[in-house]
Amino acid sequence: MSASSAFNDEKGGSSSVGEPEYGHDPASGGIFSSDYKRHDDLKEMLDSNKDSLKLEAMKRIVAMIARGKNASDLFPAVVKNVACKNIEVKKLVYVYLVRYAEEQQDLALLSISTFQRGLKDPNQLIRASALRVLSSIRVTIIVPIMMLAIKEAASDMSPYVRKTAAHAIPKLYSLDPEQKDQLIEVIEKLLADKTTLVAGSVVMAFEEVCPERIDLIHKNYRKLCNLLIDVEEWGQVVIINMLTRYARTQFLNPNINESLLEEGGGGEKTFYGSDDEEDEDEEDKEKKAEAAAMAKRKPYVMDPDHRLLLRNTKPLLQSRNAAVVMAVAQLYFHLAPKAEVGVIAKALVRLLRSHSEVQFVVLQNVATMTIKRRGMFEPYLKSFYIRSTDPTQIKILKLEVLTNLANETNISTILREFQTYIKSMDKDFVAATIQAIGRCATNIGEVRDTCLNGLVQLLSNRDELVVAESVVVIKKLLQMQPEKHSDIIKHMAKLTDNIQVPMARASILWLIGEYCEHVPKIAPDVLRKMAKSFTNEEDIVKLQIINLAAKLYLTNSKQTKLLTQYVLNLAKYDQNYDIRDRARFIRQLIVPTDKSGALSKYAKKLFLALKPAPVLESPFKDRDHFQLGSLSHLLNAKAGGYQELPDWPEAAPDPSVRNVEVKESVPEWTKCSSREKRKEKKVEKPFYSDSEGESGPTESADSESDSASASESGSGSGSGSEESGSGSESEESEEGSESEEEEEEEEEKEKKKKKKELKKPVQESESEQSSEEEERKRKNKQQKSDSESESDEEEESVSESSQSEEESEDSESEAEVKQKKKTAASKPPSKPAKKENKKEKKEMSLLDLDDFEPTPSPQVTPVNTFLSSSLVTDLEGLSLTDTVLAPATIAPSSALKSFELLHRITGEGLSVEYCFSRQPFSPDPHMVAVQIQFTNSAATEAKNLHMEDAKLQSGMRVKEFPEIEVLPAGETTTVVMGIDFCDSTQAANFQLCTHTRKFFVSIQPPVGELMTPVFMTENEFKKEQGQLMGMNEITEKLTLSDKCQNEHAIVQRVTTAANLSRVPCGSDKECSPPVPPPDLPVHRFAGRTVTSGSLVLVTVATKEERAAQLTVNCEKMVIGTMLVKDILLALTQ
Amino acid sequence: MIHSLFLVNASGDIFLEKHWKSVVSRSVCDYFFEAQERATEPENVPPVIPTPHHYLISVLRHRIYFVAVIQSEVPPLFVIEFLHRVVDTFQDYFGVCTEAAIKDNVVVVYELLEEMLDNGFPLATESNILKELIKPPTILRTMVNTITGSTNVGEQLPTGQLSVVPWRRTGVKYTNNEAYFDVVEEIDAIIDKSGSTITAEIQGVIDACVKLTGMPDLTLSFMNPRLLDDVSFHPCVRFKRWEAERILSFIPPDGNFRLLSYHVSSQNLVAIPVYVKHNITFREGSSQGRFDLTLGPKQTMGKAVESVLVSSQLPRGVLNTNLNPSQGTYTFDPVTKLLTWDVGKINPQKLPSLKGSMSLQAGASKPDENPTINIQFKIQQMAISGLKVNRLDMYGEKYKPFKGIKYMTKAGKFQVRT
Repeated sequence: MSASSAFNDEKGGSSSVGEPEYGHDPASGGIFSSDYKRHDDLKEMLDSNKDSLKLEAMKRIVAMIARGKNASDLFPAVVKNVACKNIEVKKLVYVYLVRYAEEQQDLALLSISTFQRGLKDPNQLIRASALRVLSSIRVTIIVPIMMLAIKEAASDMSPYVRKTAAHAIPKLYSLDPEQKDQLIEVIEKLLADKTTLVAGSVVMAFEEVCPERIDLIHKNYRKLCNLLIDVEEWGQVVIINMLTRYARTQFLNPNINESLLEEGGGGEKTFYGSDDEEDEDEEDKEKKAEAAAMAKRKPYVMDPDHRLLLRNTKPLLQSRNAAVVMAVAQLYFHLAPKAEVGVIAKALVRLLRSHSEVQFVVLQNVATMTIKRRGMFEPYLKSFYIRSTDPTQIKILKLEVLTNLANETNISTILREFQTYIKSMDKDFVAATIQAIGRCATNIGEVRDTCLNGLVQLLSNRDELVVAESVVVIKKLLQMQPEKHSDIIKHMAKLTDNIQVPMARASILWLIGEYCEHVPKIAPDVLRKMAKSFTNEEDIVKLQIINLAAKLYLTNSKQTKLLTQYVLNLAKYDQNYDIRDRARFIRQLIVPTDKSGALSKYAKKLFLALKPAPVLESPFKDRDHFQLGSLSHLLNAKAGGYQELPDWPEAAPDPSVRNVEVKESVPEWTKCSSREKRKEKKVEKPFYSDSEGESGPTESADSESDSASASESGSGSGSGSEESGSGSESEESEEGSESEEEEEEEEEKEKKKKKKELKKPVQESESEQSSEEEERKRKNKQQKSDSESESDEEEESVSESSQSEEESEDSESEAEVKQKKKTAASKPPSKPAKKENKKEKKEMSLLDLDDFEPTPSPQVTPVNTFLSSSLVTDLEGLSLTDTVLAPATIAPSSALKSFELLHRITGEGLSVEYCFSRQPFSPDPHMVAVQIQFTNSAATEAKNLHMEDAKLQSGMRVKEFPEIEVLPAGETTTVVMGIDFCDSTQAANFQLCTHTRKFFVSIQPPVGELMTPVFMTENEFKKEQGQLMGMNEITEKLTLSDKCQNEHAIVQRVTTAANLSRVPCGSDKECSPPVPPPDLPVHRFAGRTVTSGSLVLVTVATKEERAAQLTVNCEKMVIGTMLVKDILLALTQ
Repeated sequence: MIHSLFLVNASGDIFLEKHWKSVVSRSVCDYFFEAQERATEPENVPPVIPTPHHYLISVLRHRIYFVAVIQSEVPPLFVIEFLHRVVDTFQDYFGVCTEAAIKDNVVVVYELLEEMLDNGFPLATESNILKELIKPPTILRTMVNTITGSTNVGEQLPTGQLSVVPWRRTGVKYTNNEAYFDVVEEIDAIIDKSGSTITAEIQGVIDACVKLTGMPDLTLSFMNPRLLDDVSFHPCVRFKRWEAERILSFIPPDGNFRLLSYHVSSQNLVAIPVYVKHNITFREGSSQGRFDLTLGPKQTMGKAVESVLVSSQLPRGVLNTNLNPSQGTYTFDPVTKLLTWDVGKINPQKLPSLKGSMSLQAGASKPDENPTINIQFKIQQMAISGLKVNRLDMYGEKYKPFKGIKYMTKAGKFQVRT
């Protein structure tokens, strides 16, 4: 019989009370114990052919189990139904099996074959539930079968089954720990799984089976960080807690300088600020210590992986799940630099609104945090104010937090708040408040007297408990400065008449004894009274009476000799041996007799020694050596299975372990070598290297078969190669694991992006598991129906496609152009993009040879390639090539001017240039794409390049570029960011941050960059122009410069000055002749402003003798005026 | 992680138990009962109780203790949060989460618990997924099942499990497509004796009831998103979009869910919609006390203050009260000393008041604390922080949904010290 039935016997009374409710239930207990016919009934039902009867029987049995009744004797009848077709019956049989299989191992074996069959079922739910039950029935004999099933399921196609496999691992481990090694293999395999569904479960298995094998995490670390936000919430908690431990072993302490300081003895002071100058002091010290530390060692540099973890967990502070928030909070508390920990306070305070159990746990943790980092919660002081409706345990914790937060500035408000608490009806809480006041008084010197006065007033309180608690606290306070307060001691002496609480009486007596010199007259009188009531006192009071007597005897033996003897005599015959002992001991010590030894000489020293004042400490002090948020921290005792939070390492272990995707057969590439390689390739193949910045998942590269380019071109080609080896990604690790890692990250980012705006081209990387395919299809559908989404390649018109090809690589558009060239130049090209793809490879090599010579300097490379990306420019080029003009006339570098953002010298070796790439900015079409090129000419590598703290004019927005993790010395990299200038030429100011420094920079756009080209016909142009007359038209006469004679030069200068597209003329003749045409051509250009989409129309009408007339029509007059100036300048120079 | 679960009712009986690993004897709950006895109030039972071999982590909801048995280290909030999720699920399934409801549906409860935890680790907690696995019991379905022999248990893996939007099931169809959002704000405040505000905060939530066909993608934007200081989202909300544009963009779960909860930044002054004039005195030596309470509206932007309920825990010395409400009804429980006054709506022309005397225990000294007054109220069609939804757009589906937004302000923990 199981223990549960035994329990029923004990609790028979109570369970029978509940019985009538079950009257209708034939399986209820009363009947069960006496009448087993009912069980026969159930057996019969289970044996019948009808599913409905079986179901009914199973339901009753489950109800029995739920109430803790024993149903084990039905095992044979139930187990037969394990193969039942009805899924609900089956489920209930599973429930039964899991509950009783352990007790009936032999019979349970009958069911195994059914599960084994279930493991092969085509339905993933059935496979998973078969594995679940198989692994849940705790029958030792089937361990090998379970092991096999887990191994098989771990490579199942369905991620859900793999998740179940992960769940089964700890089950098997608890059943047979000998399987550990094999299980670790499975864990290792599942850790490499890329689906979010599996991640949480496998980390949980890891934590239960082999938490010490931290090495298994290395190569999955970045993946876990990146997946984290998409993992289900429970998995997030487990992963975050595990990663906290991991980070503690792998990274350096970000507060290393500070911790030195704390060790240096400044620690205590930082907890309880009591001096005025303390803050300055501290700062000074800190500075000194910092300086010292700086001198000793290199400045602390945070590992990019460490930063990655902090960055990726931060959004989870917004989770609705309190456990996740707490997990992130503890991660920040244990891992983040001091300056960044503050962010968690707000989230934790939010949790205080939750259920009281959540509050309880959170407050415990906040209490610990407030001791170390008081400043963090100070702004939220009022959130910890106590309401009369709070449960007592919450009140006391809040009080603790308030006490910890008290400092010179807020103590007055806190004390006022405490005053109202003292009047509370909840006496436990009042007692705690008095203690808290005492602690504030000891910690903050200035209010000590105020507190003491307040407490003394409480001595006249009617409630004895309050008085007693006050006495105890006052005693502690007085010990700090007894001289000043003899009147308080006198007052307390009077209290002995009334106060009955033993602890308080004892405290008063101790005080009087200790400071009897200050109250020479009262002390003997108190002793007299006490001697009178000695026999009725509690033990603790009696001991203090003896103490008092002894002390008085030593100081004032004349008055108290007899009294002392009387007390000692009484004590001699006391019932309590402790008191008898004490009396005997004291008598020997203080009353000089012949026999008394040398000790009595020292009696005075023994009794009247100066006692140190007690330190009132928070019970939460030093609790933070337990990982916050853990059970152990809550209990302040190590719970079973608790993994200690390791101390920071002295020196960081090799960070490269995380880079490597291990594949034994292939030589591992270190970070450095792959970088070098990349650099070389960058020079050779500027097109690919380029795409890194944008890294659009286009189809462009899937024809690229060589692995080198795959590793180079970011996820674009990476996705292609992964596509080929879908499922077994590790195949192509030849290319060097580093790049793959990066791909992964990039993929991750893309996924996020994809989620964010469903506007992306469909040709996403195929590398996702089958599950993601589903989602993709859905997205695809959505995208099509999405009215706002920009047209994809199915769109026909050129102008549209130039806008919509968001992530298109320049090469692609280039290719497009080439192709269009083959069709007719005048006809608007209307080929679906798909077709172009096929030719792409060839086209690209053509481009390489033809148009641009590979420039030796990497600085220029990205710039000139971007030129061609603008379809309009290409169109211009197109008409030119047709007319056999040398392509070199479009000077690539002059076409796109780059501006300096950060000079090499001010940037300490980091020089930054930016240019307007004139590409549509894919994440937001209303933003201007700004291409930023970083060159690290310093000797050390720059890390964590990112931007921060954008200070923008109202309405302006910025899309930050992705953070650059590392930029090695001598390297150059290019990123693209988007800025919505709101159609103004006001500068966007922001900070450019490296791991060490921040630079204030600003980007100011020339007016010509605030527009995008629009393709329109001459007629359309004229029509639009007709609507933009009057105020919106600006006309200027000019004289063209010498070099600006021919038509081509004019076109080129205008398009360089402003991002406009040329309007094709009505007849071909205007375009074709390269020589100045006799019939005075008119050049028209069209564009739209990026943000508001207002039309910008430019007309240059040439006249005789180099004279010309420039007309700009634009709704936005400011833009029009500025544009006129710019174009004028371009044409006249 | 979670070893077993025991459900204990107010009278201390275990009425349901479920084990996910090997069976833990019921006797482990004795430690819980001990703690329960020690605690004066039901909510004072510590949530975490260590026992020699196990740890008991419990939550109290609807006067039922959900006691989870833990054997080794686990974040306590993990368990607490999970238990609350269990209660929410029960509530979702059965409408209420009472002992009777659980006993009536014990099989469904068992099936649910089986799906929610596997070996003590949460498996499926998303209500949309659970509902596909185990269909909620309705009278109609029970009848259909008995006739056709079909079951309440799904045979296919819920689509949500594998997708990136696990909170939504596929193939949702409605004839009336509608999306309703309730912006509910609660004021937590402590008002001191003189009527000045000691602390006041606004906490808000946006609860949604979305019944839309297919896979709609919604965006919700605010007129004044800067008001929101600290937010927590349903997992469906795209965090990045919020960070960048302060727009809530999400594919909603089907049915009711809490989209967002937020905290209004403390820099903003909080408008306190009601004021209380009170005069509660006890005279030394006399066995009578005076009680005088008047409520009035204040800063309500012209909206009516409704469903006002005043409650106060009077000192132990009060034997009985003899009060006269100008409107509504009042009750005083001489055992618990709880005074409640159901005021109803506040009429600004004729302010509601409650006046009269209290009789005190003869000879007892005057209570040294005046009672705290807790006030509940509702104000319709207003979010006290001034938060306003700008627009709600739907993408991804062709039809035009019916959209509605409702605002409400409520008192949270609104206390007046006297």
